[in-house]
Amino acid sequence: MKRHDDGPIKPPRPVRDGVALAAAVGVVGVVFGVLARSAGLSVAQACAMSLLVFTGASQFAAVGIVGAGGSGAAAVGSALLLAARNTLYGPVVERWFRRDRVVVRAALAQVVIDESTGVGAAQTTDADRRRGFIATGIGVYVLWNLGTLVGAVAGDLVGDLERWGLDAAFPASFVALLAPHLRHRPGRVAACSAAAIAVATVPVLPVGVPILLTAVGAAVALIDAERRAGFEPATEDAP
Amino acid sequence: MSWATIVALAAGAYAFKAAGVFLGARLPTTGRPAALVALVPAALFAGIIVQQSIGDGSAAIVATRVLGVAVGGVAVWRKAPLFVVIVVAATVTAVARLTLGA
Repeated sequence: MKRHDDGPIKPPRPVRDGVALAAAVGVVGVVFGVLARSAGLSVAQACAMSLLVFTGASQFAAVGIVGAGGSGAAAVGSALLLAARNTLYGPVVERWFRRDRVVVRAALAQVVIDESTGVGAAQTTDADRRRGFIATGIGVYVLWNLGTLVGAVAGDLVGDLERWGLDAAFPASFVALLAPHLRHRPGRVAACSAAAIAVATVPVLPVGVPILLTAVGAAVALIDAERRAGFEPATEDAP
Repeated sequence: MSWATIVALAAGAYAFKAAGVFLGARLPTTGRPAALVALVPAALFAGIIVQQSIGDGSAAIVATRVLGVAVGGVAVWRKAPLFVVIVVAATVTAVARLTLGA
């Protein structure tokens, strides 16, 4: 595997794309704030969740369970199952910040989420990966928290997320972030295997588990690549 | 929700993130582990697309969402910037729902 700088799909521009994603996330943050209040959280609690937990899907799951009368333990269990995939992003992101001090990496760990990893991993140079990750991570952090505050204080001004089609905006964003990975065969094999695993497991397994299982797609792609090439280890500049 | 629950959530969520970052530093940067790490985003993002597209909602909600994601995909293929992809996908889905009364 080597770098492909001249493929048919232009890689996303790191900072611009980070800001675009952050803006969309900010709107969802408002919805989270509203939902948190209606589930019985105080404004301070809603804001504390976005500041400290900072994992959108987990926060929605936790608030949804508590709002429906579930226990705190059930909320924590489901939410952390959704947060577990961030562990898989760590080794991907860590390479871009290997030379930074421990305290910097510990701070950056808080913004290791789908969006920041996605924009970072879609770039073609390490400098752009860092730029994309930081711009998206900080942008999303600021706007998610601002959105939460507005939603928690101002209440139900936004209405239903679904009325605005925002639930389609996020999967579509990931189509854009996935595109650069599809330029070489291993990326395509990984994505197709993972999609097949997700289609088979999303309807039947608890939320959070299917995404963890899709990581198997990466192993499938590696096995495929080794079979085709004889064993030829890829280097770290892929993809 | 109690403050204890919020603290447990925060500690758990950060532990998952930090574990990946700091344990990841111990993985070799060449060979099979590196090749596997490089392929993780492609796999997880494909999974996220499927999960978020078909994950929940009524048939009409899912159908209009998939339509928006598909048109967003065309925008990606036409090399549109991410901002445009987001607006196109959300607008198509919102308009389809308005039209269908979904």
